Order: sequence, then structure tokens, then C-alpha cells
Amino acid sequence: MRKNKKELTKQEEFVINRKRHHHQVISCRFFILVFFLILWEVSANLKWIDSFFFSSPSRVMNCLIKLVADNMLFEHVGITLWETIISFILVFLISLLVSTLLWYSQKLSEIMEPYLIILNSLPKSALAPLFIVWLGTGTTTIIVAGISVALFGSIISFYTGFRQVDPEKIILIRTLGGSRQDAFLKVVLPGSVPIMLSTTKVNIGLALVGVVIGEFLAARRGLGYLIIYGTQVFQLNLVITSIMLLCIIAMIFYKAIQYVERKINKTFVE
Amino acid sequence: MPDTILELKNIGYSYHNLSGETMALADITFGVTEGEFVAIVGPSGCGKSTLLSIIAGLMQPELGTITVHNPDGSLNYPRVGYMLQHDHLFEWRTVYKNVILGLEINHMLNAERLSYVERLLKDYDLDKFRDKRPSELSGGMKQRAALIRTLALAPQILLLDEPFSALDYQTRLMVSSDICRLIRQTGKTVIIITHDLSEAISLADRVIVLSNRPARVKTTLPIRLTLKDDSPLAARKAPEFQYYFNLLWEELTNEEK
Repeated sequence: MRKNKKELTKQEEFVINRKRHHHQVISCRFFILVFFLILWEVSANLKWIDSFFFSSPSRVMNCLIKLVADNMLFEHVGITLWETIISFILVFLISLLVSTLLWYSQKLSEIMEPYLIILNSLPKSALAPLFIVWLGTGTTTIIVAGISVALFGSIISFYTGFRQVDPEKIILIRTLGGSRQDAFLKVVLPGSVPIMLSTTKVNIGLALVGVVIGEFLAARRGLGYLIIYGTQVFQLNLVITSIMLLCIIAMIFYKAIQYVERKINKTFVE
Repeated sequence: MPDTILELKNIGYSYHNLSGETMALADITFGVTEGEFVAIVGPSGCGKSTLLSIIAGLMQPELGTITVHNPDGSLNYPRVGYMLQHDHLFEWRTVYKNVILGLEINHMLNAERLSYVERLLKDYDLDKFRDKRPSELSGGMKQRAALIRTLALAPQILLLDEPFSALDYQTRLMVSSDICRLIRQTGKTVIIITHDLSEAISLADRVIVLSNRPARVKTTLPIRLTLKDDSPLAARKAPEFQYYFNLLWEELTNEEK
């Protein structure tokens, strides 16, 4: 009886410790944010930094309120979100298609390998001006810019994932009388879900990078456009507000993918 | 006299790469009668697995012919079931979804086959674990699940490629005894590859000894153990066991001189 009680307290102790650890991490994160915001506000007010160049939290808030009042906030945030999501979905679909083809044909993958590597290492911002010339200014160009940043790395990751599937498992499918298509659908694709998820997590961030680059050069709307516009008219409050909004978008995307990942892992990979 | 179900005549196979060819199999000839349990032993790397892949139809022999006689006299190739070294159960499927994988691939998810699978699950004590993931099963249960997956397609010949070598020794003794008892009950023709001589003697009706690469059939040794209890674990205690062991050992080692 006594021993049992002691074991229980050990377990409780462990749970309490884990919870404490978790709380500490969360509160430290929160503390850093608050500390940074206060330091920023105070240094601007006490003229340690020039608030014209560095803005301050209160100025950012005012800027946000003004954007909402002018009915501009949701338009700019919305268009950036929309373009990013479209790019992201297209990246996923195209990578899946291309890497599947590469998996089916060993020869094709050998032929394409150097091209993929070059395209992947090429700085995509170098291509953005070309996209404007080819596609004009507008949503298409921006979505293409978003796709171009994430696509090639994503194809390579998907294909690598497909190739890493245990060849014995593919032999197993053959011993059961299955074709190459069966091997793909029953082993390769489900076996690559974890690597596809982790690639997808990176892709959403890269698509956002590409979209903002596109908006720098070829947009009249969107957060990228606001940043460029703000710099040109020396409205640095606007620039910093837009950057803050990008931070929030990036975090929301990450959380959303993480949620989907957990959901899939639970029902699929266990 | 039981019918010959499988006949290999002068089978030869070489592996090719740019620096030359490596002969794996040279002139392999033997037959297997229906319901027989044959063990193939040979030095490691002698091409045993290549031979099994050829019998399974995964690879075509470069030389020679392989004939399969159907007991009902028809010309249809009877299904050959192949159990690999590892169970390869898929973690993203439940145990049940794993065992019906072969039926799913062959579009044979009909009532007759599924009820057969149900019976096997019950007979092999896996019924309670049907909705579990493979990682929740013990080594022995995984092998049973892999066996059901193979048997679900109702093969007439079963090929086992060192099916227990991934297990630790103690589990291996238990599982090989267990699985082979289950296979014996089905009355199917079995060809097992092993490098474990005791395993070969305790399981098989006949042991075929292959030479070093390129592999030829060196000896064929029928095993007659005077034991009424035919469980493979008990077979190891048979008086003739040591005699057969020494005989096989001689055959395998005298080559190296």
C-alpha cells in the first residue's frame, strides 16, 4: 500500500515536472516578446533610436488602425495569403506529378538530374524580372514567382523520399503479383507521407518568400507591394507594420501545417 | 507415388555489370514432388536467393527450363507464394489490412477468400489483433501475419527465403517450429532456403546441398527421422539428427579444400 503510494507520487512528480517545463518555455517565449516590444517602445520614446527609421509598437498599432479604417488591411493581407496558398497548392501538385514520373522512369530521372540541381540552386529572385517581361504584372506573375522558389527543392525532396523506400518492400509487392503501379500506390506513396509532410512544411514558407519577391516587382496590392511603396514614400511605419503582418502570416501557416501533420500522423502513420 | 509439381532442368543464371559477368547458378537440376518439404542449403552468397527468385517467377533463367505441373492436369501456372526474410508488414496498415494486401492487389476481395482469411486469423490466434498496428505484435505474431498474407492467395507452392533469420535465436527456434507446423497442416509443397543446418534437418523431408558460386546441386539428402512427434523442436532430439548434421557439414565444408 505504502509502496504503491510512493510510486504514484513519483509519477505525479514526473507529470508536474513536465508541466512546469512546458509552462516555463511558454512564459519565456511570451516574456521575450513583451520585453522586446517594451524596449522598442521605450527606446523610441526616449529617442535612443530614431522612430522615423525604426518606428515603434504604438506607431505600428496606429498604422494598423489606419489601414483597417481605410479598408486596406484585409485587401493587402488577403491577396498575399491567397497568392501564397495557390502557389503552395500548385507546388504540391506539380512536385507530386513530376516526382512520380521520375520514380516510374529511372532513365528520365537520370536525364533530368543535372537540370533539377541547377534549377534548384539558381537564385529565383534572378528570374522574377524575366517573369514580369514574359507574363506582365499581376497575379499570375506573382504566383509563378511563388512556385519557382519552392518547386525544384520540393521535387527533389519528394523524389528522394520515393527512392528511399525499402526495395525489399517493392519485391514483396511483386511476390504478391503486383505491378509497378501497385508498388507505387501501396508502398511508395504511403511510405513517403512523413517526408512529404516535412517538405510541405518548408514549402509554405518558401512560397511566401516567392510571393513577396513577386509583389516587390510586379504588384499594386499585397504586403510585398506595401513594403516597397512604404520605402519609396519614406513611410517606414508602413514597412515595419507589413513586416509584422508577414511574421504573423508565417506563424499561422506553420501552425496550420503542423495541425494537418498531427491529424494525418494520427489517422495514417500512427 | 506423388506427382512431380516442379521441375528445374539445367537452370543457369549470371549477373552482369560493366566489368564482367558473375555466374550465380550453373546447371541446376532437381524436381519437387507435391506436398514435399524441401530445404536448400549452401555456402553464403552461393546464389540460393537467386534460385528462389527464379522459381517464384520474379526473374527469368538465362539457361534451362522450369516446368510446373498442376495436380489437376491443367496448364495454368499454380500460384507460387514467396515469404521473404523480413515480414515487411506495413506500419500504415492494420494487421487485417496487411494480410489482405495480396488479395487487394489481385482484385480478389471476394467472400470465399475473405472467409479463408478469417479462418486463418482465428486458427493463428491473430483475430484479437486484427485492428492493431504491426509494431504492436511480437516477432512470432508478425511472421504469422506474413504467412497469412502469403496463404491468402492460395498458393500451391510456398517458397521461404530464410524467413526466420531476422529473429533472435530463441524466438527463431520457437517461430520456425510454429510456422512450419502451421505450413505442414496446409499440406502445401514447400521450398525453404536456410544456412542453418539444424533448421534444415529438423524441418525438411529432403535437403538439397548447393556448391559454392556458381551453384550446382552437390547432393540431395532425404531425411528420415525416427520420431513420432513431428514437431521441428522435438526433431532436433532424434537419434539420427547428429548423423545427418555431420553428413551435411562434410558436404558443405569439403569444398573449401
